[in-house]
Amino acid sequence: MIEVKDVKKSFNGVEVLKGISTVFETGKTNLIIGQSGSGKTVLLKTLLGIHKPDQGVVEYDRRRYWEMTEDEKRELRTEIGMVFQGSALFDSMTVEQNVMFPLRMFTHKSRSEMEDRVNFVLKRVNLIDAHNKMPSEISGGMQKRVAIARAIVNNPQYLFCDEPNSGLDPNTSILIDNLIKEITEEYNITTVINTHDMNSVMEIGENIIFLKNGILEWKGTKETIFKAENQAVIDFVYSSNLFKRVREAMLKG
Amino acid sequence: MLIRYLTQIGRYFLMWREIFKKPTKWSVMKGLILKEIDDLIIDSLGIVAFISFFVGGVVAIQTALNLTNPLIPKYLIGFATRQSVILEFAPTFISIVMAGKMGSFITSSIGTMRVTEQIDALEVMGVNSLNYLVFPKLIALLLYPFVIGISMFLGILGGWIAAVYGGFGSSDEFIGGIQQEFIPFHIAYAFIKTFVFALILATIPSFHGYYMKGGALEVGKASTVSFVWTSVTIILMNYILTQLLLAS
Repeated sequence: MIEVKDVKKSFNGVEVLKGISTVFETGKTNLIIGQSGSGKTVLLKTLLGIHKPDQGVVEYDRRRYWEMTEDEKRELRTEIGMVFQGSALFDSMTVEQNVMFPLRMFTHKSRSEMEDRVNFVLKRVNLIDAHNKMPSEISGGMQKRVAIARAIVNNPQYLFCDEPNSGLDPNTSILIDNLIKEITEEYNITTVINTHDMNSVMEIGENIIFLKNGILEWKGTKETIFKAENQAVIDFVYSSNLFKRVREAMLKG
Repeated sequence: MLIRYLTQIGRYFLMWREIFKKPTKWSVMKGLILKEIDDLIIDSLGIVAFISFFVGGVVAIQTALNLTNPLIPKYLIGFATRQSVILEFAPTFISIVMAGKMGSFITSSIGTMRVTEQIDALEVMGVNSLNYLVFPKLIALLLYPFVIGISMFLGILGGWIAAVYGGFGSSDEFIGGIQQEFIPFHIAYAFIKTFVFALILATIPSFHGYYMKGGALEVGKASTVSFVWTSVTIILMNYILTQLLLAS
């Protein structure tokens, strides 16, 4: 479980997060949604410790991140897996080397043990023939799956995904969403996903927070979001023609 | 403006401290160092050899063409070539060339990692990205004096070939000139300079790549800025070290 309490963050005098408090639950896919510029990425980076909040607390299972020593932070970071928006695979390494990287850095496993683990996670994300390919030689969807494999290879307790579906076709997006959800349940980890993709919200939104201008405007689930009365949420959810028509149909009964 | 420069300079020295914090596992670091030796040292040998050989030749020819007075001995061609190559050409001129070749490579590779969030990925994993990225370059560039040693040898060899086969003097005269008034400390001076330039070559381009912001266009701009600052710093340090080591 990750808990944030009254987190504020400003850049050059502009307040981007205006006192966010919420809980990201273990074993669930927690979504941060909102329009571009709403503060989603800043919140995610604040959770990750990339940005230090000006005020407030970030707790990982009751461990206050900014009160930890450098060694404790380093230890905690080995419990974190992250899937970046652009995958952030190391382009000088093969797929296998990318996935093996956290094991090489933070474990004392033998080469064969690491290879077994890499084979296992690559199989888990349905990538079995890509070991020796470079990131530039595989598709965007495959890169995302490699990034997920790298994020989970060291059995993380916390998984963060920044726009995991950006640049992917709808079918691949659904595959990636389902893969993240399955992994979350299978390993009982705390997953936080930053997205503005309504399809993801509908697929995997078990615990959703909606941000607008750095304020937490609404909390709920994929079941309750369609009944939300907050105007900003309504504008966000029904911004596409498809959802507008769905809403019209719903209102007509 | 001044505050901005001072901030950048302060940030550069703080980066030095970070480079040595939280070292990466030796089993991983070993591979990184070997890769950097290949990328930065071995890959530079060709261009260094080419430039050194021909510039050495040009120095010899120009010296010979300026010795119009028959009373001035021909061995001065070898003497002037040795002094030019060892004192300035090999350590300083080659380092400026390397600021372009090696420096641009370092800035653009680290800058691209910044733009594509690979550095963020390292940080999120708990890796000290400055140690992981810059420390191997620093260690690899400890071999930079070896490159400059080759440059010195080839520069003088180029001068000898140009002088002898261009008909400007005999081999004995040239070699006599090389041995004339030889001061061993000049070699030490050249390698002290080279060592300082190696540290500059490893860290200033890394600094510009690591702290860059923006996208692909900014990577290009960062490489250019990095080249300018690396060259300026090398020239300034060249002056300071010469004053300290030779003039005092």
